[in-house]
Amino acid sequence: MSGSAIRVEDLRVVRGGTTVLPGLSCSVAAGSVTGLLGPSGSGKSTLIRAIVGVQRLAGGTVQVFGQPAGAPPLRARVGYMTQAPSVYGDLTVRENLEFFARVLARSSKDSERVLADVALTDFGGRIVGSLSGGERARVSLATALLAEPDLLVLDEPTVGLDPVLRRDLWDLFHRFAATGKTLLVSSHVMDEANRCNALLLLRDGRLLAQARPDELRAETGEQDLETAFLRLVEGNR
Amino acid sequence: MSGRVTAAVARRVLQQLRRDPRTIALIIFVPCVLEVLLQQLFGRNSHVFQEIGTPLLGLFPFITMFLVTSITMLRERTSGTLERLMTMPLNKIDILAGYGIAFGIVAIVQAALVSLLAFGLLGLDSAGPRWLVVVLAVANAILGTTLGLFGSAFAQTEFQAVQFMPAVVFPQILLCGLLVPREQMATWLRVISYALPLTYAYDALAKVAADDLDARFALDVAVVVGCTVLAIALGAVTLRRRTE
Repeated sequence: MSGSAIRVEDLRVVRGGTTVLPGLSCSVAAGSVTGLLGPSGSGKSTLIRAIVGVQRLAGGTVQVFGQPAGAPPLRARVGYMTQAPSVYGDLTVRENLEFFARVLARSSKDSERVLADVALTDFGGRIVGSLSGGERARVSLATALLAEPDLLVLDEPTVGLDPVLRRDLWDLFHRFAATGKTLLVSSHVMDEANRCNALLLLRDGRLLAQARPDELRAETGEQDLETAFLRLVEGNR
Repeated sequence: MSGRVTAAVARRVLQQLRRDPRTIALIIFVPCVLEVLLQQLFGRNSHVFQEIGTPLLGLFPFITMFLVTSITMLRERTSGTLERLMTMPLNKIDILAGYGIAFGIVAIVQAALVSLLAFGLLGLDSAGPRWLVVVLAVANAILGTTLGLFGSAFAQTEFQAVQFMPAVVFPQILLCGLLVPREQMATWLRVISYALPLTYAYDALAKVAADDLDARFALDVAVVVGCTVLAIALGAVTLRRRTE
Protein backbone atom coordinates (compact mmCIF):
# COMPACT_ATOMS: atom_id res chain seq x y z
CA MET A 1 0.00 0.00 0.00
CA SER A 2 1.45 3.32 -1.01
CA GLY A 3 -0.03 6.61 0.10
CA SER A 4 -3.63 7.69 0.43
CA ALA A 5 -6.27 7.35 -2.24
CA ILE A 6 -8.66 9.50 -0.24
CA ARG A 7 -7.82 12.27 2.19
CA VAL A 8 -10.59 14.01 4.10
CA GLU A 9 -9.77 17.01 6.22
CA ASP A 10 -12.08 18.76 8.66
CA LEU A 11 -15.10 17.94 6.49
CA ARG A 12 -18.28 19.72 7.49
CA VAL A 13 -21.64 18.90 5.93
CA VAL A 14 -24.98 20.46 6.78
CA ARG A 15 -28.15 18.93 5.35
CA GLY A 16 -31.53 20.55 5.81
CA GLY A 17 -30.23 22.72 8.66
CA THR A 18 -28.79 19.73 10.56
CA THR A 19 -25.06 19.26 10.88
CA VAL A 20 -24.44 15.72 9.67
CA LEU A 21 -20.64 15.82 9.71
CA PRO A 22 -19.29 18.37 12.20
CA GLY A 23 -15.62 18.20 11.14
CA LEU A 24 -14.40 14.82 9.99
CA SER A 25 -10.83 13.90 9.08
CA CYS A 26 -9.76 10.49 7.81
CA SER A 27 -7.88 8.80 4.99
CA VAL A 28 -8.13 5.67 2.90
CA ALA A 29 -4.96 3.88 1.84
CA ALA A 30 -4.50 3.14 -1.85
CA GLY A 31 -4.91 -0.53 -2.71
CA SER A 32 -6.89 -1.34 0.42
CA VAL A 33 -10.38 -2.60 1.11
CA THR A 34 -11.53 -0.12 3.71
CA GLY A 35 -14.76 -0.65 5.58
CA LEU A 36 -16.84 2.35 6.54
CA LEU A 37 -18.87 1.11 9.46
CA GLY A 38 -21.40 2.62 11.73
CA PRO A 39 -25.08 2.53 12.57
CA SER A 40 -27.56 3.94 10.10
CA GLY A 41 -27.75 7.69 10.47
CA SER A 42 -24.09 7.96 11.45
CA GLY A 43 -23.18 9.91 8.29
CA LYS A 44 -21.73 7.09 6.16
CA SER A 45 -23.70 7.92 3.04
CA THR A 46 -22.99 11.63 3.43
CA LEU A 47 -19.24 10.97 3.67
CA ILE A 48 -19.46 8.72 0.61
CA ARG A 49 -21.38 11.36 -1.33
CA ALA A 50 -18.70 13.89 -0.43
CA ILE A 51 -15.98 11.53 -1.68
CA VAL A 52 -17.66 11.00 -5.07
CA GLY A 53 -18.27 14.75 -5.32
CA VAL A 54 -22.07 14.97 -5.31
CA GLN A 55 -22.41 16.41 -1.80
CA ARG A 56 -22.39 20.14 -1.17
CA LEU A 57 -19.80 20.88 1.51
CA ALA A 58 -20.07 23.43 4.30
CA GLY A 59 -16.33 23.31 5.00
CA GLY A 60 -13.14 21.30 4.85
CA THR A 61 -11.60 19.45 1.93
CA VAL A 62 -11.93 16.06 0.30
CA GLN A 63 -9.08 14.94 -1.95
CA VAL A 64 -9.17 11.85 -4.17
CA PHE A 65 -5.90 10.82 -5.84
CA GLY A 66 -4.58 14.28 -4.99
CA GLN A 67 -7.42 16.15 -6.66
CA PRO A 68 -10.53 17.79 -5.19
CA ALA A 69 -13.35 15.22 -5.02
CA GLY A 70 -15.62 15.42 -8.04
CA ALA A 71 -12.98 17.04 -10.29
CA PRO A 72 -13.65 16.16 -13.95
CA PRO A 73 -10.52 13.96 -14.39
CA LEU A 74 -11.71 11.83 -11.46
CA ARG A 75 -15.05 11.00 -13.03
CA ALA A 76 -13.53 8.29 -15.20
CA ARG A 77 -11.52 6.86 -12.27
CA VAL A 78 -14.18 6.59 -9.57
CA GLY A 79 -17.01 4.03 -9.54
CA TYR A 80 -19.95 4.80 -7.28
CA MET A 81 -22.76 2.60 -6.08
CA THR A 82 -25.52 4.55 -4.35
CA GLN A 83 -27.35 3.11 -1.36
CA ALA A 84 -30.69 2.78 -3.17
CA PRO A 85 -30.19 0.84 -6.42
CA SER A 86 -29.83 3.59 -9.02
CA VAL A 87 -30.74 1.72 -12.16
CA TYR A 88 -33.71 1.99 -14.50
CA GLY A 89 -36.51 -0.28 -13.25
CA ASP A 90 -38.31 -0.37 -16.58
CA LEU A 91 -35.31 -1.66 -18.55
CA THR A 92 -33.77 -5.12 -18.56
CA VAL A 93 -30.55 -5.82 -16.67
CA ARG A 94 -28.57 -5.90 -19.90
CA GLU A 95 -30.17 -2.72 -21.28
CA ASN A 96 -29.20 -0.92 -18.09
CA LEU A 97 -25.59 -2.05 -18.30
CA GLU A 98 -25.33 -1.34 -22.01
CA PHE A 99 -26.65 2.17 -21.47
CA PHE A 100 -24.09 2.97 -18.77
CA ALA A 101 -21.40 1.20 -20.83
CA ARG A 102 -22.11 3.53 -23.77
CA VAL A 103 -21.98 6.58 -21.49
CA LEU A 104 -18.61 5.36 -20.17
CA ALA A 105 -17.31 4.51 -23.67
CA ARG A 106 -17.17 0.82 -22.81
CA SER A 107 -18.30 -2.16 -24.87
CA SER A 108 -20.88 -4.90 -24.36
CA LYS A 109 -17.94 -7.15 -23.45
CA ASP A 110 -17.63 -5.06 -20.30
CA SER A 111 -21.35 -5.47 -19.62
CA GLU A 112 -20.99 -9.26 -19.78
CA ARG A 113 -17.87 -9.16 -17.59
CA VAL A 114 -19.58 -7.26 -14.79
CA LEU A 115 -22.71 -9.40 -15.07
CA ALA A 116 -20.51 -12.41 -14.41
CA ASP A 117 -18.77 -10.56 -11.53
CA VAL A 118 -22.06 -10.16 -9.68
CA ALA A 119 -23.39 -13.60 -10.76
CA LEU A 120 -26.26 -12.21 -12.82
CA THR A 121 -25.38 -13.58 -16.26
CA ASP A 122 -28.64 -15.54 -16.40
CA PHE A 123 -30.63 -12.45 -15.48
CA GLY A 124 -29.59 -10.29 -18.44
CA GLY A 125 -32.99 -10.36 -20.10
CA ARG A 126 -35.03 -9.70 -16.95
CA ILE A 127 -36.70 -6.34 -16.30
CA VAL A 128 -34.93 -4.78 -13.31
CA GLY A 129 -38.24 -3.80 -11.70
CA SER A 130 -39.21 -7.47 -11.45
CA LEU A 131 -36.06 -8.46 -9.54
CA SER A 132 -35.68 -8.83 -5.79
CA GLY A 133 -34.03 -6.06 -3.77
CA GLY A 134 -30.73 -7.94 -3.53
CA GLU A 135 -30.66 -8.67 -7.25
CA ARG A 136 -31.38 -5.06 -8.05
CA ALA A 137 -28.53 -3.99 -5.75
CA ARG A 138 -26.20 -6.30 -7.70
CA VAL A 139 -27.22 -4.67 -10.99
CA SER A 140 -26.36 -1.35 -9.39
CA LEU A 141 -23.03 -2.76 -8.21
CA ALA A 142 -22.30 -4.16 -11.67
CA THR A 143 -22.80 -0.66 -13.09
CA ALA A 144 -20.16 0.70 -10.73
CA LEU A 145 -17.69 -1.94 -11.95
CA LEU A 146 -18.17 -1.20 -15.67
CA ALA A 147 -15.35 1.30 -16.14
CA GLU A 148 -12.81 -0.71 -14.08
CA PRO A 149 -12.33 2.34 -11.86
CA ASP A 150 -9.24 2.90 -9.71
CA LEU A 151 -11.47 3.74 -6.76
CA LEU A 152 -14.71 1.94 -6.02
CA VAL A 153 -17.02 3.59 -3.51
CA LEU A 154 -19.83 1.25 -2.54
CA ASP A 155 -22.67 2.27 -0.24
CA GLU A 156 -23.95 -0.86 1.52
CA PRO A 157 -23.44 -3.24 -1.41
CA THR A 158 -24.18 -6.43 0.51
CA VAL A 159 -27.47 -5.53 2.20
CA GLY A 160 -30.07 -8.27 1.87
CA LEU A 161 -27.77 -10.80 0.21
CA ASP A 162 -27.46 -14.42 1.24
CA PRO A 163 -24.22 -15.38 3.02
CA VAL A 164 -22.74 -17.28 0.06
CA LEU A 165 -23.22 -14.35 -2.27
CA ARG A 166 -21.90 -11.95 0.34
CA ARG A 167 -18.73 -13.99 0.71
CA ASP A 168 -18.35 -14.11 -3.09
CA LEU A 169 -18.67 -10.34 -3.36
CA TRP A 170 -16.10 -9.73 -0.62
CA ASP A 171 -13.75 -12.11 -2.45
CA LEU A 172 -14.37 -10.07 -5.58
CA PHE A 173 -13.55 -6.85 -3.69
CA HIS A 174 -10.25 -8.32 -2.52
CA ARG A 175 -9.40 -9.50 -6.04
CA PHE A 176 -9.86 -5.89 -7.20
CA ALA A 177 -7.68 -4.62 -4.38
CA ALA A 178 -5.01 -7.16 -5.36
CA THR A 179 -4.81 -5.47 -8.77
CA GLY A 180 -4.05 -2.13 -7.10
CA LYS A 181 -7.57 -0.76 -6.93
CA THR A 182 -8.91 0.94 -3.82
CA LEU A 183 -12.28 0.10 -2.31
CA LEU A 184 -14.33 1.96 0.26
CA VAL A 185 -17.27 -0.18 1.32
CA SER A 186 -19.89 0.95 3.80
CA SER A 187 -21.91 -1.38 5.97
CA HIS A 188 -23.94 -1.22 9.13
CA VAL A 189 -23.24 -4.88 9.87
CA MET A 190 -20.21 -5.21 12.11
CA ASP A 191 -19.39 -8.79 11.05
CA GLU A 192 -18.36 -7.41 7.68
CA ALA A 193 -15.57 -5.50 9.45
CA ASN A 194 -13.58 -8.74 9.59
CA ARG A 195 -13.32 -8.77 5.83
CA CYS A 196 -11.65 -5.35 5.59
CA ASN A 197 -7.95 -4.37 5.65
CA ALA A 198 -8.79 -1.13 7.39
CA LEU A 199 -11.78 0.30 9.20
CA LEU A 200 -13.35 3.70 9.62
CA LEU A 201 -15.82 3.61 12.48
CA LEU A 202 -18.36 6.36 12.36
CA ARG A 203 -20.91 7.41 14.93
CA ASP A 204 -23.03 10.58 15.00
CA GLY A 205 -20.91 12.07 12.24
CA ARG A 206 -17.68 11.63 14.19
CA LEU A 207 -14.81 9.28 13.52
CA LEU A 208 -14.66 6.85 16.43
CA ALA A 209 -11.62 5.03 15.15
CA GLN A 210 -9.47 4.54 12.10
CA ALA A 211 -7.61 1.27 12.46
CA ARG A 212 -7.00 -2.22 11.14
CA PRO A 213 -9.28 -4.91 12.59
CA ASP A 214 -6.34 -6.46 14.55
CA GLU A 215 -5.36 -3.06 15.95
CA LEU A 216 -8.92 -2.52 17.08
CA ARG A 217 -8.95 -5.88 18.83
CA ALA A 218 -5.63 -5.16 20.52
CA GLU A 219 -6.68 -1.69 21.61
CA THR A 220 -9.99 -2.75 23.12
CA GLY A 221 -8.97 -6.21 24.26
CA GLU A 222 -12.05 -7.64 22.55
CA GLN A 223 -11.99 -10.40 19.94
CA ASP A 224 -15.45 -9.67 18.62
CA LEU A 225 -15.47 -6.45 16.56
CA GLU A 226 -19.03 -5.62 17.51
CA THR A 227 -18.06 -5.68 21.18
CA ALA A 228 -14.93 -3.70 20.36
CA PHE A 229 -17.13 -1.09 18.71
CA LEU A 230 -19.29 -0.92 21.87
CA ARG A 231 -16.16 -0.48 24.01
CA LEU A 232 -15.12 2.47 21.89
CA VAL A 233 -18.55 4.06 22.11
CA GLU A 234 -18.56 3.66 25.88
CA GLY A 235 -15.00 4.95 26.18
CA ASN A 236 -16.01 8.08 24.31
CA ARG A 237 -18.89 8.98 26.56
CA MET B 1 -20.55 17.75 -25.54
CA SER B 2 -20.39 14.16 -26.71
CA GLY B 3 -22.42 12.61 -29.51
CA ARG B 4 -21.85 9.19 -28.00
CA VAL B 5 -23.42 10.09 -24.65
CA THR B 6 -26.27 12.06 -26.26
CA ALA B 7 -27.12 9.09 -28.48
CA ALA B 8 -26.92 6.72 -25.50
CA VAL B 9 -29.34 8.85 -23.49
CA ALA B 10 -31.76 9.22 -26.43
CA ARG B 11 -31.70 5.49 -27.08
CA ARG B 12 -32.29 4.67 -23.43
CA VAL B 13 -35.24 7.06 -23.14
CA LEU B 14 -36.82 5.44 -26.22
CA GLN B 15 -36.17 1.96 -24.79
CA GLN B 16 -37.94 2.98 -21.59
CA LEU B 17 -40.88 4.26 -23.61
CA ARG B 18 -41.01 1.04 -25.63
CA ARG B 19 -41.45 -0.91 -22.41
CA ASP B 20 -44.57 1.14 -21.76
CA PRO B 21 -46.89 0.47 -24.74
CA ARG B 22 -49.85 2.00 -22.98
CA THR B 23 -48.15 5.38 -22.83
CA ILE B 24 -47.22 5.10 -26.51
CA ALA B 25 -50.86 4.36 -27.34
CA LEU B 26 -51.99 7.36 -25.29
CA ILE B 27 -49.43 9.65 -26.96
CA ILE B 28 -50.57 8.61 -30.44
CA PHE B 29 -54.30 8.02 -30.05
CA VAL B 30 -55.43 10.73 -27.65
CA PRO B 31 -54.71 13.59 -30.09
CA CYS B 32 -56.38 11.56 -32.87
CA VAL B 33 -59.51 11.08 -30.78
CA LEU B 34 -59.54 14.77 -29.87
CA GLU B 35 -59.31 15.83 -33.52
CA VAL B 36 -62.22 13.48 -34.33
CA LEU B 37 -64.22 14.91 -31.43
CA LEU B 38 -63.53 18.45 -32.61
CA GLN B 39 -64.66 17.61 -36.13
CA GLN B 40 -67.81 15.84 -34.93
CA LEU B 41 -68.62 18.58 -32.45
CA PHE B 42 -68.41 21.53 -34.83
CA GLY B 43 -68.85 19.85 -38.20
CA ARG B 44 -66.45 19.12 -41.03
CA ASN B 45 -66.79 22.43 -42.83
CA SER B 46 -67.32 24.62 -39.80
CA HIS B 47 -65.28 27.71 -39.17
CA VAL B 48 -64.23 26.50 -35.75
CA PHE B 49 -62.88 23.11 -36.83
CA GLN B 50 -61.04 24.64 -39.76
CA GLU B 51 -59.61 27.45 -37.65
CA ILE B 52 -58.46 25.61 -34.55
CA GLY B 53 -57.90 22.12 -36.02
CA THR B 54 -54.47 22.95 -37.44
CA PRO B 55 -53.09 24.95 -34.47
CA LEU B 56 -54.30 22.24 -32.10
CA LEU B 57 -52.56 19.59 -34.18
CA GLY B 58 -49.32 21.49 -33.79
CA LEU B 59 -49.77 22.14 -30.07
CA PHE B 60 -50.58 18.56 -28.97
CA PRO B 61 -46.94 17.45 -29.09
CA PHE B 62 -45.98 20.37 -26.85
CA ILE B 63 -48.50 19.31 -24.21
CA THR B 64 -47.72 15.58 -24.31
CA MET B 65 -43.96 15.92 -24.38
CA PHE B 66 -43.97 18.50 -21.60
CA LEU B 67 -45.84 16.13 -19.30
CA VAL B 68 -44.04 12.93 -20.28
CA THR B 69 -40.63 14.58 -19.97
CA SER B 70 -41.24 16.26 -16.64
CA ILE B 71 -42.26 12.92 -15.11
CA THR B 72 -39.45 10.89 -16.72
CA MET B 73 -36.89 13.43 -15.56
CA LEU B 74 -38.41 13.62 -12.09
CA ARG B 75 -38.00 9.84 -11.83
CA GLU B 76 -34.39 10.23 -12.90
CA ARG B 77 -33.85 12.81 -10.17
CA THR B 78 -35.56 10.82 -7.40
CA SER B 79 -34.29 7.31 -8.29
CA GLY B 80 -30.62 8.24 -7.96
CA THR B 81 -29.82 7.52 -11.61
CA LEU B 82 -29.19 11.20 -12.20
CA GLU B 83 -26.81 11.32 -9.23
CA ARG B 84 -24.98 8.33 -10.67
CA LEU B 85 -24.77 9.92 -14.14
CA MET B 86 -23.42 13.10 -12.55
CA THR B 87 -20.43 11.16 -11.18
CA MET B 88 -19.62 9.91 -14.69
CA PRO B 89 -17.59 11.67 -17.36
CA LEU B 90 -20.36 13.41 -19.25
CA ASN B 91 -21.66 16.89 -19.92
CA LYS B 92 -25.05 17.98 -18.58
CA ILE B 93 -25.97 19.13 -22.09
CA ASP B 94 -25.60 15.50 -23.27
CA ILE B 95 -28.46 14.48 -20.98
CA LEU B 96 -30.70 17.36 -22.06
CA ALA B 97 -29.94 16.85 -25.75
CA GLY B 98 -30.55 13.11 -25.46
CA TYR B 99 -34.00 13.73 -24.03
CA GLY B 100 -34.74 16.33 -26.71
CA ILE B 101 -33.79 13.94 -29.51
CA ALA B 102 -35.77 11.02 -28.08
CA PHE B 103 -38.98 12.95 -27.58
CA GLY B 104 -38.43 14.81 -30.87
CA ILE B 105 -38.52 11.42 -32.61
CA VAL B 106 -41.71 10.48 -30.77
CA ALA B 107 -43.18 13.85 -31.78
CA ILE B 108 -42.40 13.22 -35.46
CA VAL B 109 -44.41 9.98 -35.32
CA GLN B 110 -47.22 11.60 -33.33
CA ALA B 111 -47.52 14.69 -35.53
CA ALA B 112 -47.25 12.68 -38.76
CA LEU B 113 -50.02 10.26 -37.76
CA VAL B 114 -52.34 12.94 -36.40
CA SER B 115 -51.91 15.08 -39.51
CA LEU B 116 -52.51 12.07 -41.78
CA LEU B 117 -55.80 11.55 -39.98
CA ALA B 118 -56.83 15.19 -39.78
CA PHE B 119 -55.84 16.25 -43.29
CA GLY B 120 -56.58 12.90 -44.93
CA LEU B 121 -59.78 11.67 -43.34
CA LEU B 122 -61.32 14.45 -41.29
CA GLY B 123 -61.29 17.04 -44.06
CA LEU B 124 -59.12 19.56 -42.24
CA ASP B 125 -57.56 22.04 -44.61
CA SER B 126 -54.52 24.25 -44.33
CA ALA B 127 -53.85 26.99 -46.84
CA GLY B 128 -50.11 26.78 -46.15
CA PRO B 129 -47.91 23.68 -46.60
CA ARG B 130 -48.93 20.75 -44.42
CA TRP B 131 -45.37 19.53 -43.93
CA LEU B 132 -44.67 22.85 -42.24
CA VAL B 133 -47.40 22.04 -39.70
CA VAL B 134 -45.55 18.80 -38.89
CA VAL B 135 -42.21 20.64 -38.63
CA LEU B 136 -43.71 23.20 -36.26
CA ALA B 137 -45.33 20.40 -34.25
CA VAL B 138 -41.91 18.79 -33.76
CA ALA B 139 -40.36 22.14 -32.81
CA ASN B 140 -43.14 22.63 -30.26
CA ALA B 141 -42.55 19.12 -28.92
CA ILE B 142 -38.89 19.90 -28.36
CA LEU B 143 -39.89 23.14 -26.62
CA GLY B 144 -42.26 21.09 -24.43
CA THR B 145 -39.49 18.60 -23.66
CA THR B 146 -36.99 21.27 -22.65
CA LEU B 147 -39.55 23.08 -20.49
CA GLY B 148 -40.44 19.73 -18.91
CA LEU B 149 -36.78 19.05 -18.09
CA PHE B 150 -36.53 22.45 -16.45
CA GLY B 151 -39.93 22.15 -14.74
CA SER B 152 -39.09 18.76 -13.22
CA ALA B 153 -36.69 20.56 -10.85
CA PHE B 154 -39.69 22.20 -9.18
CA ALA B 155 -41.60 19.01 -8.40
CA GLN B 156 -40.78 16.59 -5.62
CA THR B 157 -43.45 14.03 -6.51
CA GLU B 158 -45.24 12.82 -9.62
CA PHE B 159 -48.49 14.26 -8.23
CA GLN B 160 -46.91 17.70 -8.28
CA ALA B 161 -45.52 17.20 -11.78
CA VAL B 162 -48.97 16.28 -13.12
CA GLN B 163 -50.31 19.55 -11.69
CA PHE B 164 -47.96 21.45 -14.01
CA MET B 165 -50.50 20.62 -16.72
CA PRO B 166 -53.21 22.95 -15.31
CA ALA B 167 -50.61 25.29 -13.81
CA VAL B 168 -48.25 25.79 -16.75
CA VAL B 169 -49.98 24.51 -19.88
CA PHE B 170 -53.66 25.52 -19.48
CA PRO B 171 -53.07 29.25 -18.93
CA GLN B 172 -50.89 29.32 -22.04
CA ILE B 173 -53.60 27.62 -24.11
CA LEU B 174 -56.23 30.05 -22.79
CA LEU B 175 -54.08 33.08 -23.52
CA CYS B 176 -52.30 32.10 -26.74
CA GLY B 177 -55.08 33.39 -29.02
CA LEU B 178 -56.61 30.03 -29.85
CA LEU B 179 -59.88 30.68 -28.00
CA VAL B 180 -60.06 34.49 -28.08
CA PRO B 181 -58.09 36.54 -30.60
CA ARG B 182 -55.38 38.54 -28.84
CA GLU B 183 -56.77 41.86 -30.18
CA GLN B 184 -59.96 41.25 -28.20
CA MET B 185 -58.18 40.58 -24.91
CA ALA B 186 -57.98 43.11 -22.08
CA THR B 187 -54.63 44.90 -22.18
CA TRP B 188 -53.20 43.16 -19.15
CA LEU B 189 -54.12 39.74 -20.58
CA ARG B 190 -52.53 40.65 -23.88
CA VAL B 191 -49.34 41.66 -22.08
CA ILE B 192 -49.20 38.28 -20.36
CA SER B 193 -50.02 36.55 -23.63
CA TYR B 194 -46.99 38.13 -25.28
CA ALA B 195 -44.78 36.90 -22.47
CA LEU B 196 -45.74 33.23 -22.96
CA PRO B 197 -43.94 30.97 -25.46
CA LEU B 198 -47.05 29.08 -26.56
CA THR B 199 -48.48 32.33 -27.97
CA TYR B 200 -45.74 32.33 -30.60
CA ALA B 201 -46.10 28.59 -31.22
CA TYR B 202 -49.82 29.08 -31.83
CA ASP B 203 -49.30 32.15 -33.97
CA ALA B 204 -46.86 30.36 -36.28
CA LEU B 205 -49.34 27.52 -36.78
CA ALA B 206 -52.22 29.92 -37.45
CA LYS B 207 -50.03 31.68 -40.01
CA VAL B 208 -49.39 28.38 -41.82
CA ALA B 209 -53.10 27.56 -41.72
CA ALA B 210 -53.80 30.92 -43.37
CA ASP B 211 -50.76 30.69 -45.69
CA ASP B 212 -49.61 34.02 -44.34
CA LEU B 213 -45.85 33.37 -44.02
CA ASP B 214 -44.67 36.92 -43.40
CA ALA B 215 -42.01 38.49 -41.20
CA ARG B 216 -44.22 37.95 -38.17
CA PHE B 217 -44.15 34.19 -38.89
CA ALA B 218 -40.35 34.29 -38.92
CA LEU B 219 -40.41 36.12 -35.58
CA ASP B 220 -42.77 33.49 -34.13
CA VAL B 221 -40.44 30.69 -35.13
CA ALA B 222 -37.43 32.60 -33.80
CA VAL B 223 -39.15 33.06 -30.42
CA VAL B 224 -40.02 29.34 -30.20
CA VAL B 225 -36.43 28.38 -30.98
CA GLY B 226 -35.11 31.06 -28.58
CA CYS B 227 -37.34 29.78 -25.76
CA THR B 228 -36.08 26.25 -26.41
CA VAL B 229 -32.47 27.40 -26.08
CA LEU B 230 -33.33 29.35 -22.94
CA ALA B 231 -35.11 26.33 -21.44
CA ILE B 232 -32.05 24.15 -22.16
CA ALA B 233 -29.82 26.68 -20.39
CA LEU B 234 -32.19 26.87 -17.41
CA GLY B 235 -32.46 23.07 -17.42
CA ALA B 236 -28.68 22.76 -17.30
CA VAL B 237 -28.63 25.06 -14.26
CA THR B 238 -31.10 22.79 -12.44
CA LEU B 239 -29.00 19.68 -13.15
CA ARG B 240 -26.62 20.07 -10.27
CA ARG B 241 -23.63 17.86 -9.75
CA ARG B 242 -23.64 18.69 -6.06
CA THR B 243 -26.80 18.69 -3.98
CA GLU B 244 -27.54 19.10 -0.32
